Amino acid sequence: MIQISLFITCFNDTLFPETGKAMVQLLERLGHTVDFPLEQTCCGQMHYNTGYQEEAIPLVRKFINVFEDAEAIVAPSASCVGMVHEFYGKVAKRSGDDKLKKQVDKIVPKVFELTQFLVDELSLEDVGAYYPHRVTYHPTCHSLRVLKVGDAPLKLLRNVKGIDLVELPMAEECCGFGGTFAIKNADTSMAMLGDKIRHIKGTGAEVCSAADNSCLMHIGGALSRQRSGVKPVHIAEILASTEE
Amino acid sequence: MRKSEQTPTFEDSAKAYLSNTQLRKNIGHATHTIREKRKGAVDEMPDWEKLREAGSQIKTRVMRHLDKYLLQLEESVQKAGGHVHWARDGKEANRIIVDLVKQKKVEDVVKVKSITTDEIKLNKALAKEGIQALETDLAELIVQLAEDEPSHILVPAIHKNRAEIRELFREKLNQKELSDRPEDLAEAARLYLRKKFLNAKVGISGANFGVAETGTVAVVESEGNGRMCTTLPDTLITLMGIEKIIPTWQDFEVFMQLLPRSSTAERMNPYNSFWTGVTEGDGPQEFHLVLLDNGRTNVLKDEVGRQTLHCIRCSACLNVCPVYERTGGHAYNSVYPGPIGAILTPQLKGIEDDGVASLPYASSLCGACYEVCPVKINIPEVLVHLRGKIVDEKKRNGTIKQKADPEHIGMKIMARAFQSRSRYERGQKMAKIGQKLFTKDGTISKLPGQLSGWTAMRDLKPIPDQTFREWWRNRDE
Repeated sequence: MIQISLFITCFNDTLFPETGKAMVQLLERLGHTVDFPLEQTCCGQMHYNTGYQEEAIPLVRKFINVFEDAEAIVAPSASCVGMVHEFYGKVAKRSGDDKLKKQVDKIVPKVFELTQFLVDELSLEDVGAYYPHRVTYHPTCHSLRVLKVGDAPLKLLRNVKGIDLVELPMAEECCGFGGTFAIKNADTSMAMLGDKIRHIKGTGAEVCSAADNSCLMHIGGALSRQRSGVKPVHIAEILASTEE
Repeated sequence: MRKSEQTPTFEDSAKAYLSNTQLRKNIGHATHTIREKRKGAVDEMPDWEKLREAGSQIKTRVMRHLDKYLLQLEESVQKAGGHVHWARDGKEANRIIVDLVKQKKVEDVVKVKSITTDEIKLNKALAKEGIQALETDLAELIVQLAEDEPSHILVPAIHKNRAEIRELFREKLNQKELSDRPEDLAEAARLYLRKKFLNAKVGISGANFGVAETGTVAVVESEGNGRMCTTLPDTLITLMGIEKIIPTWQDFEVFMQLLPRSSTAERMNPYNSFWTGVTEGDGPQEFHLVLLDNGRTNVLKDEVGRQTLHCIRCSACLNVCPVYERTGGHAYNSVYPGPIGAILTPQLKGIEDDGVASLPYASSLCGACYEVCPVKINIPEVLVHLRGKIVDEKKRNGTIKQKADPEHIGMKIMARAFQSRSRYERGQKMAKIGQKLFTKDGTISKLPGQLSGWTAMRDLKPIPDQTFREWWRNRDE
C-alpha cells in the first residue's frame, strides 16, 4: 500500500473535476491511500512555455513546498508531469537558488503520470475496469515524446472488460492544441485539429480517450461543434469504471 | 525600425497559405511520403541512436573550439592551394564574392547548394553588378524561373506539383510540347542546364561540410548538377557558414550516414563531391572559400541556443512538423523555414522584429522535430528558451502597447493568483460567475478578444459547478 499524493493540476481541478474523482476511486479501489494537499495550484507550464519564465519560479517553489514530503505524486496529466520532469530543473537554474535546484532534483523522480505509475511502478495492467464502449486512444505528444509512457495506457485499456478498442490512424500526430498555441496560432491549430477529428470520426468510436484533458478539451471542442456524437473521456475515467 | 521593414508575423502569413488547398495537398503529400521513407531508412540502422549521439558530440566539440578549428581549416585550405576569405555579415560576403566574379569579367555564374547564398541575398548583389546567377539544382531552378522563393531546405519547390512545373517550363524554357512526366521535365531542364555548364567560367557553391584537418569541402546531392558546378568552371567560390565545420576526415563516417538517411531517406547520396584546394590540370584552377559569420557567433554565445548550430540542414524536422505540413515554408518569411528555421532565424536576425519574434511560437511543442533530428538538437527546448527571451525583452524594452497586451496582463494576473491558494480559489469562483455571460445551453461557443481564436471553430465546456477541491473538502467532512 502506498500513500499517494494527488497532483490534480489546476486545469483538472477547475474544468474536469470528474477526472480527479475517477483517480481517487481507482487508486482507492486498488488499495492505496490518497491525499490531496489543498495548497496546490498550478505547475507553471502555461507561463513557462509561453515565455513568462520568471513568473514560473514562484510556482515551482510552491509545488515543492506542497509536495516535498510526499511518497509518490501522481497526476492525470502527461503534460503537467512533463513540465516537472523537463523544465523544473531549468526554472530552478534560472532562479539562481541552489537549494531549489537540490529540492527539484529530489522531487522529480517521485512525480508520475497516472498510467505510467500504474504500469511501471505498481506493475499493474489489469485494474479491474469495465467499460462497454467503442473507444479510440489518442497518445498525446507530451505522453509520447516528453514522458515516453510508451504503450502503458494501451496495456491498461486492453485489459478493460467490455471495451472495443479501435486503433486511431496517424495517432502520433499532434492534435494542434499546444497550450497558448491554440490561441496565438488559432488557424494553424484548427488545420491540425481538422485532420485529427477526421481520423477520430473515421474509427467509428463513441469515445476518444487520452491521458491529457487539455488536448481532449481541444479535440472535444471540435467534436462538440460538429455535433459528431463522439465524446472525449480521460483514461482515468475509463479505468475507474466498474460493472456496479 | 520602420513599419515597412517589418517581417509579417507567422500567424498572419499562415492564414493565407492555410486556405491554399493546392499547396496544402502538395506539401502534405510530399512530407508524408518522405517521412515514411525516412523511417524505413533509419530503421535499417541498428546503431542509429549511437550515430545520433556521435553526431551530436562531434558538433558540440566543434562549437566549443570553433575558433581553433576555423584557423586550422584556413591553414589547410591555403596549404592545398585555395584562398580563404572571412565575412562578418552578408554584406561583406557579397562584396567579396562580387569582387571575385568581377575580376573574371563574366556575365553569368552557375550556382548550386545555395541556401546560405539565399541567406545573404547573393543573387541580388550579383544582379546589381550585371551578373546573372543561374541556379542549377533542379528545384532551385524551378523556384528561380517562377520568380518565387524556396519553401523547403532540401526540396525548395516542394509547394509545386508537376503540372505547375510543366506550365512554367513551357513558358520560360520555351518547351511548348512538354508533357508533365517527371522524366520529360528533367530532360527539359537537363538540356537547358547542360549548355550553361559547358560555358560557365565561374561556379558558386554552398557547402555541407568543411574539414578542418584537410581543408576538404564537401557537397552531397542527388542530381549531379552540383558536381558539374564544382568541377567544370575554372574558378570555384564556396560560401560556407562557419558552423559547417567538422574536425577530421574520419568524422565523415558519422555524418555521411546521418545526413542522407535523414534528408532524402537514401542510404547514400547519388553524388558526393569532395574537393581540397586545387589540383593542376583537374577541376577548377582557382578556389575561394568564403567563411560567413552573419550572426553565428552570437548564437554561439547562448548556452541553450548554441545547439542550433549543430544543424546539418537535412530537413527531417520540416518533414515531420505538423505546423510546416499545413502552412508550408513561405509562412515563416525566412530562407530557413520549419522547426529549425523557427529557432535559427530569430537567433541570426535578433528578436526586435515582431515578425521574427513570432517564429518561436509557430509550434505546438509536439516534439516530433527533436525525435527525428540526426544530431539531437532539442528544438522544443530552444523554442521555449527563445520565447523566454522574447518575453523578457518585451518586459524590459517593450512599448506601452506591448506591455498593455491582454496576454501580458493576463499572464501576470494568473501568475499572482497561482501563488496563493486563497487567490487561486477566489479566481475559480470569479471565473464560474464570469463565464455565465458567455454560456448558452451548457456550452461556450463565442469568446471575446484574443480568446475568440479558440471559439472560432471549437466549443468550450463551461467550468462545472463544483471544482475538484470543493468535492474533496465535502468528502472529508
